[in-house]
Amino acid sequence: MNLRPDPTFYPSAKMAMEAPVEKLAFTLMLSPDGSQPDGLAVVDVDPTSETYGQIVHSLMMPNKGDEFHHFGWNACSSALSPLTGHAFLERRYLIIPGIRSSRIYVIDVKEPLKAKIHKIIEPEELFAKTGYSRPHTIHCGPEGIYVSTLGGGGEDGTDGPPGIFIMDCETFDILGRYEMDRGIQDKHYDFWWNLPRDYMVSSEWGLPPQFENGIVPEDLLSNKYGHTIHFWDLRGRKVTKSIDLGENHQMALEIRPAHDPVKEYGFCGVVVDTTNLQGAIFTWWRDDDGEWQAKKTITIDPVPADADDLPELLKGFGACPPLVTDIDLSLDDKYLYVACWGLGEMHQYDVSDPMNPKLAGKVEIGGIVKKTKHPNGKDFGYGPQMVEISRDGKRVYWTNSLYSTWDDQFYPGDRGAAMVMARNEGGKFELDPDFWVEFPEGYRSHQIRLEGGDCSTDSFCYPNV
Amino acid sequence: MGDVMTTTAGLWLAVVLSGLYHGVNPGMGWPLAVSSALMESKPAALFRALGALSLGHFLAMLLILLPFSMLSSLLTYTEELRWGAGLLVIGVGLYLLITRRHPRFLARVPPHRLALWSFLVAIVHGAALMLVPIYLGLCGPEELEGGHLAASELFARNAGILAGVTLAHTGAMMIAGGGVAYAVYRWLGLTFLRKSWFDLEAVWALSLIGVGVLGLATASHG
Repeated sequence: MNLRPDPTFYPSAKMAMEAPVEKLAFTLMLSPDGSQPDGLAVVDVDPTSETYGQIVHSLMMPNKGDEFHHFGWNACSSALSPLTGHAFLERRYLIIPGIRSSRIYVIDVKEPLKAKIHKIIEPEELFAKTGYSRPHTIHCGPEGIYVSTLGGGGEDGTDGPPGIFIMDCETFDILGRYEMDRGIQDKHYDFWWNLPRDYMVSSEWGLPPQFENGIVPEDLLSNKYGHTIHFWDLRGRKVTKSIDLGENHQMALEIRPAHDPVKEYGFCGVVVDTTNLQGAIFTWWRDDDGEWQAKKTITIDPVPADADDLPELLKGFGACPPLVTDIDLSLDDKYLYVACWGLGEMHQYDVSDPMNPKLAGKVEIGGIVKKTKHPNGKDFGYGPQMVEISRDGKRVYWTNSLYSTWDDQFYPGDRGAAMVMARNEGGKFELDPDFWVEFPEGYRSHQIRLEGGDCSTDSFCYPNV
Repeated sequence: MGDVMTTTAGLWLAVVLSGLYHGVNPGMGWPLAVSSALMESKPAALFRALGALSLGHFLAMLLILLPFSMLSSLLTYTEELRWGAGLLVIGVGLYLLITRRHPRFLARVPPHRLALWSFLVAIVHGAALMLVPIYLGLCGPEELEGGHLAASELFARNAGILAGVTLAHTGAMMIAGGGVAYAVYRWLGLTFLRKSWFDLEAVWALSLIGVGVLGLATASHG
């Protein structure tokens, strides 16, 4: 414990933008066939360093088959509200869940180059205490650490709905389920909130049998993946409204609320519209009557393609879908980055007017058909996927793997891990030709966290002024 | 501390100082008043939030002090009561010093229920309890000089002191907390919050122990 709040905590998003520039990034590495243990890579992102763009430390886990996916910090700027009662937590531990094994690792990164395992929570404990499985998104909030799960109980995770559970923010003990009234919510994916306004928004991917062994085309074409977002009374722990985005909007994934808590809107990315293969972004907001609303504000068209250039799964469609798999919003709430994993494009939208986003920039790299190379001449396997923005909004990092079994369906064969960075400076959004991370053989790369916080970590309790 | 602190003036000073102390402690809520004003972008919200925080604090003190007020009016064992109260406050101080845990149910209180939150925080963190030995000290002295007062007179006098203590303490808290909140809102900015927030948990627990010891000292004087 510190005697002062952790220096990486900021009252407002605007103040966090003035934080020191990140020098290290943490990136998850997964072994797609479970033949090697998954790990955490510490990447040097300091351009003045001799090891710029290199993995300077790797921590491998003692188990195999975890399948690392998303992860998060034990504490963030949300601690700066007296309402949470723990202003003096350190941002010190990364909570890394295994989405396949349901095992959770707590990694101490106080000394990043000596990162070590602090605690392991075995799957049996998670099952026993929550009835949930397949832990996924991490956020630190008023009652501790909140973790979303993708599966319920039982062998295949379909015994009861998945949901959120809470961990103690100091001992990392699992405290139990979050929900008191989940309404119609029966699938889960992401969640985030507005702390002073006391609401949470959650989204839906699909149940474990719909993703663990690969995407199920029949389920997709019959619109059986998630397409509803849920609005919650955060501290009351109950759903106040569920909005169906329309059953053709399959897989409503990332939830990105405006960082400034005065604003009562945010975004949600939809992977694919089954009527036309478009990718989409919905803007959700609270209207003048206090009612939640959602409207499609961005569509991204599929690109016609020769069947020979498409994987088995897509041959019949004669087109490459954009596949919007991740989105991220800069701390000034100005730019929304949209990963089009199928096309091989990273879009930058100006969302200053959240109801009228404008395409401001685009980077092409990888892709099912285009297979665009990096400016350094190297092949970028798969497409742009997990995206993370630096706090000052000037650097945008991303990796290329979606989920082991899905990678293999859309991009057959092993295409290698990648992590690249684009600069958003001087009105341009372009790849940095000098930043290229080499990963160990046989691994894929997933979510990135930046030292001291990034744009999908911290929840701010005070408005920008 | 000795004589100065055990005199009536010293005890009233303690009432006011503890109010100022509770007021400037961010953990008692002034940042929430700043947040309210910024969220609604009008200063009136700051004072509304401050009012709610103060009301909660005031009610918490009343709830804790009232039973002691009744007991000290009805019982002849006032010295034992004061010993008991002193030991209780020391005990709570030691508990807080050792456990350093913040009760999680407080995080369930919604942000718009500031009076309720402030009430609960003042109870569970012993803020209200901190005043018990001081209050009993104030109820004590005249008794010796004037001989035994009739129960009804004693009751009225103790109730008067109770009103004085809770109002003076809350007033001091409002002025201190409100002053800091307003200064941060108008001039200092939120940077002040990051720079000025110190972990007072240990100091807080030690203050409880200190006040408890003071209570024991006044009790033995009486």
